[in-house]
Amino acid sequence: MCRLALKSADTPFSPYEVLTAMEAMQEGYDGSGLGLLLRGVKFEDFKLKPNHVILSGIAHTEAALQRMADFMGEYGFELKYQHDFEMRPGVIETWDRDRYKYVVRVYKTPDWKYLSTEQREFNLTETRLALRKNGEDHGGDLTVFSLWPDVVTIKEVGWPLQVGDGLGLDDGRIKARVVMAQGRQNTNYGINLYACHPFFIQGISTMTNGENTAFIPIKEYLEGREIPGYMGYHSDSEVFTHILHYVTKVLKLPLEVYKHVITPLKSEELDVHPQGEFLKGLRTACRRLIIDGPNAVIATLPDETCMLAMDQKKLRPATVGGRPGAWAMASEMCGVDALVPDRDPALDFQPMREHTVIIPPERKELLIWSQFDPFTLPQAA
Amino acid sequence: MVSVRSLYTSPGSLTYHDLPWVIHHREDRCTLCGQCTAVCPVNAIYLTYRRQRVPKLDVLKKKRGNEYRHFVGIRQKTDIAHRCIGCGMCSMVCPNEAIGPEPNQNENRSHFLHNQKGEAYKRGGRRNMPGTTILDRISFDRISMLTDPALDAGRHEFNYNTVLGRVLPPEEFLQKSASGEWVPPTREVFPFIIGSMSFGALSPNMWLGLLQGVAYCNEVLGIPVVMATGEGGCPPWVLRSPFLKYIILQIASGYFGWDEIIRAIPEMQCDPAAIEIKYGQGAKPGDGGLLMWFKVSKLIARLRGVPEGVDLPSPPVHQTLYSIEESVMKMIQTMSMAFGFRVPVYPKISGSTSAKAVLNNLVRNPYAGGLLIDGIDGGTGAAYDVSMQATGHPVASNLRECYLDLVAQGRQNEIPLFAAGGVGKNGNVTQNGLALIMLGASGVHIGKYIMQAAAGCLGNELGRCNVCNTGICPKGITSQNEKLFRRLDPDDVAQRVVDTFMGIRTEMKKVMAPLGRSQSLPIGMSDALGIDDADAAKRLKINYIC
Repeated sequence: MCRLALKSADTPFSPYEVLTAMEAMQEGYDGSGLGLLLRGVKFEDFKLKPNHVILSGIAHTEAALQRMADFMGEYGFELKYQHDFEMRPGVIETWDRDRYKYVVRVYKTPDWKYLSTEQREFNLTETRLALRKNGEDHGGDLTVFSLWPDVVTIKEVGWPLQVGDGLGLDDGRIKARVVMAQGRQNTNYGINLYACHPFFIQGISTMTNGENTAFIPIKEYLEGREIPGYMGYHSDSEVFTHILHYVTKVLKLPLEVYKHVITPLKSEELDVHPQGEFLKGLRTACRRLIIDGPNAVIATLPDETCMLAMDQKKLRPATVGGRPGAWAMASEMCGVDALVPDRDPALDFQPMREHTVIIPPERKELLIWSQFDPFTLPQAA
Repeated sequence: MVSVRSLYTSPGSLTYHDLPWVIHHREDRCTLCGQCTAVCPVNAIYLTYRRQRVPKLDVLKKKRGNEYRHFVGIRQKTDIAHRCIGCGMCSMVCPNEAIGPEPNQNENRSHFLHNQKGEAYKRGGRRNMPGTTILDRISFDRISMLTDPALDAGRHEFNYNTVLGRVLPPEEFLQKSASGEWVPPTREVFPFIIGSMSFGALSPNMWLGLLQGVAYCNEVLGIPVVMATGEGGCPPWVLRSPFLKYIILQIASGYFGWDEIIRAIPEMQCDPAAIEIKYGQGAKPGDGGLLMWFKVSKLIARLRGVPEGVDLPSPPVHQTLYSIEESVMKMIQTMSMAFGFRVPVYPKISGSTSAKAVLNNLVRNPYAGGLLIDGIDGGTGAAYDVSMQATGHPVASNLRECYLDLVAQGRQNEIPLFAAGGVGKNGNVTQNGLALIMLGASGVHIGKYIMQAAAGCLGNELGRCNVCNTGICPKGITSQNEKLFRRLDPDDVAQRVVDTFMGIRTEMKKVMAPLGRSQSLPIGMSDALGIDDADAAKRLKINYIC
C-alpha cells in the first residue's frame, strides 16, 4: 500500500518538507518509486510569467535532450530558464538506468493570446503527448511528465529521501505552494517511471493508495472516449486522474460530482436524495467509471484546489489537518503531524465513505462535503 | 421348434437393447401394484402374462422333466412411439424400488428410426451434448489477498445489480437531462433473468409458481429478479396486476398473445420490465416458435386467439420484415411508442457469426435497449432435433466478440449485452453466469436451469425425457393437461425459485469478494478470468492457466 502526502500553504515551501513527511510513513513503501508534483512553483533565480510553461521529465541520453530541445523549438516554444538540480552523485542508484538529465525547463509559449483558455490547455496537452510519443519512438529515451504553467513533476525509482537528497531538493532553490508526493509500494505492475503517482493530465493531478480492482473495464472505457492523453495506464490508479479530468473538464460538472461518479450511492439512498433522479441517471451513464477500491484519492486542480475522497469500502486510511494558511493531507496521521506540526490535532478529520474534503485555493478552511448533501448544478443552457 | 425362416423381423424392429433406456425390473420386489405403468408418460411399460419353465427332477424315478408356471410381469415396449424416455417416474412412484430405467451403454439403434411416417424427429430440451462446457472450465484467478484486502462475502455490502435498457453516453445524458429531452428508460435488475418460456410451453402451475417466486424475491428479499414470457402473451390478470413490472413481454414472429396485451395497455397498473423482440433462438436458429397441438388447450387457445388442438408454428421471420434496418426502425420504435417510450425494448437473436452486424445496427438506433444473444446450448419446448443439435453458435465467443466490438467503438456501456444458452447446463449456474458477465455480458438468461432447479425438470443431455413438445411432461412443468400439471404445486415452485435466487446471490458474493469487487457488477473484468485451454484463452482474450 503506497503512502501519500500533500501540503498546501500560502507561503511557498520546499518539497523536501513533504519528503520528510514521507520518511515518517516509511513502513509503507518499498522504494519502487517516488513521485513529486509541485504546483504554484517559485524558482529562486527566475520569475515565472503568465505566458510561461514548465516542462518536466527525464532525458535519458544526450541525443534525447537535444531532440527535445529541437522539438520544443519547432513547436514555437522559447526556452527561458533551465533549472539544474544540484546533483549529489552517488546518492541515487543510477548504475542500472540512464539518467542523462532531469529536465525542468521553462518555456515561453508561442503567441497564443487569441486562443481560448481551453484551446491553450489543449495545445499544451497535445505538445506533451507528442513529446512523449517522440521518446517512445526512440526506445524510450525521453520521459515527459508534465507541461503546464506552474507545475513541476519529478519521478524516480528509489526511496523518497534518497531521491530528494540526490537531487538536492533541500537547497531551497525550488519551492511551491502545493506539493504532493507518493512513495510507491509496487503491487501489480512493473517498475516504470510512468507508473509512479501523481499522474497528470491537463493541469489535473491525482495520487492514490490501494488497488483498483475494476481497473480493466474502466481503462477500456476511458480508452474508448478517444480523448487525447487517456493512455498509458501503467498503474491501475492512473484511471482516477482521467476520471477526474473527464468529470470536470469534459463533462464540466462540479468537483463534488466526482465522488458520485466513482462511488455512486445505492438506489435506496438516492431515492431520498434531493438530486436522486439526476444522480441515478448519472450513475447509469457513468456506470463504467465506478471504481472498486479500497483507495484514498488525493487530487489537485489547476487553481490549487486540493481534494481528498475515499472509496466506498473505506478500507484505506487518510487524514487531513492543518490551520488557516497551511493544510496537509496524508495517508497516515504521522504524515500530517510532520507536515503541519503547529496545528490543533483535535481538529484533524478522517473522511468516511461519503466524504469529499476540499482545500480551496484561499486555504482559509476545509470544506467537508458529504455525498448525501445536494450540490449546485449549472443551469440548463 | 420354430423354423428360422418364419421368424418375423421388419426393418424397424427393435429389441429393448436397441433403445436408449432399458427398464430394469426386479420381479422379486414387485408387488404388481401398477403405479409404474400408470405413471409412465409414454406407456413404455405394461403388465403382461409370461410363462416360465421350471425344471423338474424326479430323483426316485431318475427322470428329468419340465413344469411351467405363469406369472404377471412388467415388460418394456420396443416401438419408437413407446420407447422408454428415461424420465424415471416409474422408480419415483415404486414403493419397493423394483423398477427403473438405465441408460443403454451400447449404441442405440432407435436413433435411426425417429423419422416415422416421414416426420423428422422433434423434441424438447437442448443440445444433447453432455460434458463440461467452455464456461464450466473458466476459473476466476485474480484473487485479492494482500495487495488489496479480500472482502467478507457474508458481511460486506455488495452491488450486484445490472442495467437493462439503452444507456446514453455521459455527455449526451447531461445535455438531454438538462434540456428536459427524452432519456431512454432503464431498469435496475438482477443479472440472472428467468429466460423466455411461454405461457403455453409451461403449464399454468409452473408459470404461476415462477411469478410468485419472482414477486417474493422482489418484494421481500429485495432481489430484483425479472422473468420473460416467451411468445404467446401473458395471462390477462397478470397484465392488469402490479406484478407486470417483473415481466419482460416477448413479441415473436407469430405475434401470439399480443391482442390481449394491446387490449390491456389502457388498464395496466404499471409498465412491464421490458419488451423482448424475438428474432432468433439459440436452440433453433432460423425457426419460429413451435407449440405443438398437444398443448393447445382451451385456455391457451383463448390467450393466443386460435382454435384448440392445432399446431402453432410461428414463421421463421417477422412478416413485416424486409431487412434489419426495417426491423429496427419498425419494431423497436413501434414497441417503444406503444408503451409511451417508458419501457426498454431489445431484440433477442440466436448466436451467430452475423451477431456483430446486428449489434452494429442497434448501436446506431437510439431506441434499442440491449441485445440478447442466445447460444447453441439454449433449450426449447419444441424443435427439430437437427436444429437443436447442429445449428447455432456457442455463446461464449460470440458474446465476447460482440463486447470487444463495442469496446473498440467505446460504446460498451450503451447497449447492454445479455447472454443465454447453456448457462448452468451442468449445474454451475453462478459460475457460468459470472464468467459470461466478466467476458462482457450485462446479465444472463436462464431457462432450463430454472426448470431443473425450481420445478425438478428431469431432462438432461443424455436424451433423458426431452418430451416437452408433446405435453406429457411427467412433472407437469410443460404440460397443459390438468391431470399432469396438478402434480406441480405453485407454492413449492415459488419456494424453490426463491431458494435458487438466494443461492445465486450468495454465490455471486463468494466469487466477487475474493476478486475484490463489490461496488459494481464486474462486467468485462476479463483480467480475472483464466482457462486451461490455450486456444480458448486466445479466442476469448483471457488468461491461459494450467
